[in-house]
Amino acid sequence: MKVVYFAWVRERIGKPEEEVSPPESVRTVADLAGWLAQQGEEYAYAFENPAVVRAAINRKHVKPDTPIAGAAEIAFFPPMTGG
Amino acid sequence: MSNVPVSVRIQAEPFDTAAEVARLAEGRTDVGAVVTFTGLCRAEGGRLAALELEHYPGMAEEEIGRVAQEAAARWPLQGVVAIHRHGRVAPGEPIVLVVTASAHRAAAFEAAEFLMDYLKTRAPFWKKEHHVDGTAGDWVEAKDADDKAMERWGR
Repeated sequence: MKVVYFAWVRERIGKPEEEVSPPESVRTVADLAGWLAQQGEEYAYAFENPAVVRAAINRKHVKPDTPIAGAAEIAFFPPMTGG
Repeated sequence: MSNVPVSVRIQAEPFDTAAEVARLAEGRTDVGAVVTFTGLCRAEGGRLAALELEHYPGMAEEEIGRVAQEAAARWPLQGVVAIHRHGRVAPGEPIVLVVTASAHRAAAFEAAEFLMDYLKTRAPFWKKEHHVDGTAGDWVEAKDADDKAMERWGR
């Protein structure tokens, strides 16, 4: 599945997007964040405070317990500061 | 979905508020109130050279569109315009525009405020500071006050 990152999540990980293949045990958005956090120092830094990082599936806001099955694009980003 | 004309644009260029107001009222005589809100980039006491606005292309349009449709469902609106810029914006330049039209002012005022409250907490934009000394500053932190402003609309 495609994962995209924005703002300081993107800067910490060092790339704007990537394809990932998490194991089947990764079922929810929170699971995916936890799995990504184990993929290296830069990921651990990006997800060091997972409660702060927000997520969207297929361009809609989702909560951490949302299942990721069938998701085409999952985004992780900090709280929004537009307007 | 309502049949209220809703125009959502995400763009790098500045916008023309007067032209947007004129377009909402063009060719109709039932509009009694137009409210505009413009958000500008502050210099933060001379510290900032610019704000850089990152956004999530696609989701930014869709999310603001969803909020605009919700406003149109809650208030008797005759038109909504929401424009949000991305890229580098200098102090004094506009960042965001919300325009609401209705037969009476209460709906136009309330809907404009609702749109801005939701836009600040739900539209996928992030501001990064650039300092006058040429260094990149920090990402602007989200404010609790913005979350509270959104919560009072009770969704």
